[in-house]
Amino acid sequence: MELLQLLVSGIAQGCVYGLIALGFVLIYKATETVTFAQGDLMMLGAFGGFIAMSAMGLPFWAAAIATVFVMTLIGIGLERVVIRPILGQPAFSIIMLTIGVAYVVRGAITMIPVIGTETHPLDAPYAGKVIEIAGLVLAAEQVVVILVTAALSGALTLLFRYSKLGIAMQASAQNQLAAYYMGIPVRRINGLIWGLAAAVATVAGLLIAPITFVHANMGFIGLKAFPAAVVGGFTSLPGAIVGGLIIGVTESIAGFYLEEGFKDIAPYVVVLLMLAVRPNGLFGERMRKKV
Amino acid sequence: MRFVFKTDYTQDINLAKHSGHVFWYGLLLVTLAIGPWIMDDYWLAQLTLVLIYSIVGLGLMLLAGFTGQFSLGHAAFLGVGAYTQAVAINAGLPLIVALVGAMALSAVIGVIVAIPALRVRGVFLGMATLALGIILEEAFARWESVTGGNAGLFVQSPTLLGIELSDSTPYYFLCLVLTIAVTLGVANLLRSPTGRAFVAIRDSEISAQSMGIPLARYKTLAFAISAALTGLGGALYAHKIQFLTPEQFGIIQSIDLLLLIVIGGLGSIHGAFLGAIFLITMPQIISSAKDYLPSSVADAPGLSALVYGAVLVLFVLFEPLGLYGRWLKVRAYIQLFPLYRRGMFERQKSFQKSERLK
Repeated sequence: MELLQLLVSGIAQGCVYGLIALGFVLIYKATETVTFAQGDLMMLGAFGGFIAMSAMGLPFWAAAIATVFVMTLIGIGLERVVIRPILGQPAFSIIMLTIGVAYVVRGAITMIPVIGTETHPLDAPYAGKVIEIAGLVLAAEQVVVILVTAALSGALTLLFRYSKLGIAMQASAQNQLAAYYMGIPVRRINGLIWGLAAAVATVAGLLIAPITFVHANMGFIGLKAFPAAVVGGFTSLPGAIVGGLIIGVTESIAGFYLEEGFKDIAPYVVVLLMLAVRPNGLFGERMRKKV
Repeated sequence: MRFVFKTDYTQDINLAKHSGHVFWYGLLLVTLAIGPWIMDDYWLAQLTLVLIYSIVGLGLMLLAGFTGQFSLGHAAFLGVGAYTQAVAINAGLPLIVALVGAMALSAVIGVIVAIPALRVRGVFLGMATLALGIILEEAFARWESVTGGNAGLFVQSPTLLGIELSDSTPYYFLCLVLTIAVTLGVANLLRSPTGRAFVAIRDSEISAQSMGIPLARYKTLAFAISAALTGLGGALYAHKIQFLTPEQFGIIQSIDLLLLIVIGGLGSIHGAFLGAIFLITMPQIISSAKDYLPSSVADAPGLSALVYGAVLVLFVLFEPLGLYGRWLKVRAYIQLFPLYRRGMFERQKSFQKSERLK
């Protein structure tokens, strides 16, 4: 029973990682780069939701929809201003760029007087409720995270597999020049991807804010989502969730059975093992070019 | 404008290409040598830090700028060097032994990192080094019997040949000599077959492999040398700040080191120095600029993060070769005056391709 409860709490935490990892996978699948700004976009989204609810007095759902909308526009704007000028440059340039953007976002939030440096609760209507299934206790916040993560990854998988847009995204990730030749508007598609990633980040931020509270450093949880994405294979959306669950469960079991400190490094040990044994992750596509 | 007339093949591999190099680098050396007498203590301490960060920057530059292997956890090597040095000195070992030990241990850790790194590339390598950096940071915090944990660890001041190096001037000279040695070493390495192999791996792994370069051996070597240099920098850093805590060697420091080489200029030895100068002087510039800003902006805790981030974004967007690239442009402008054209350093149009297919 103890193990079962550990598993359940690990799964709940893992879903949070999976939800954030979804953003990384989305960006990687569609642009072949890794963004370090995802965690801070999530933080920005959570702050947006908090401001919409406290300053404008909107109810939670209205605030959530408004924030997602605004953040999508911010994502598209971000792509237009900073990513597009170096489109096509090596992936590392874009990684450094996103690190810079993350610093700017975090710095800018802490510079907002009064709000920026404090920790705020985000009152979701379902907060504080507890669901009990066969003796296992689950907080409603976590159930919502699990449900939304599953729904989002399902929707995005469908987008990538069946829609023209999703296939065009993958094509432009694999070879930009060839994608241009095929008539794919690579730039516009890139803008859409960053908008979509910002929207996913915002959803993640709004959903985990009732659990972790809203504060300027909540973006650092993104560092734990990298392991989730790597374990899942970085190119697979359901893989991100499975990876998140593995990381979450490992963490909660390591936290209980091993000494203090192992909880924090368990995800990274898993990543190193995974990279050494199976660099493509559990569900990653295996591709090789013959020379 | 200077035209170098080549009469000898050895001129191609000379470190000093012409008399101008000899003159200007000589002048720089003389200035650095008389530094302690023309600068006050504060600026001397800053200059020492610049030298230390230059060594670390050269280490990371060799790996990221010349071999093309990006490490997001380089602060871990810095930490390994620093803690090894601290433990060795506190145990009463001589300075030289401690420095060599710090370099050797860092190099060993570097080789261990290289093993998973051989199988992965690009962003996955970044993930592997990031994971390692976080694991080692946690190890520094938890291995309390050796590192002192989060409570910190005092580093005793070193002596060399009977001279107490706690004084700023002798320590400055130690750093200066080591920096010069490392710089010459790296410059020399880069004109040797090994260095050429590193650059070949950076430019194309497939081509390098077809030319008969064993990727695994050279990547491991690059990691080992880079980690050793970073460890040396860490050892010197330990004496400079005299009090070690694990969070000095975390992800923030790793990103700072990346910032150093990107802003200094990827793929140039000068870049490591310019980046180090940037990293050390930037906080001063920010704090002196605070006097002119309204207090609501100046007192905000996020100001320096904002400025660092903005500077990084601007450099990646407009000056991909960093400060050194900017200097090259300025020099070309002066040399060619009035014939400089705007498009001379135009970034080549390129299209990204999947890394997974390489």
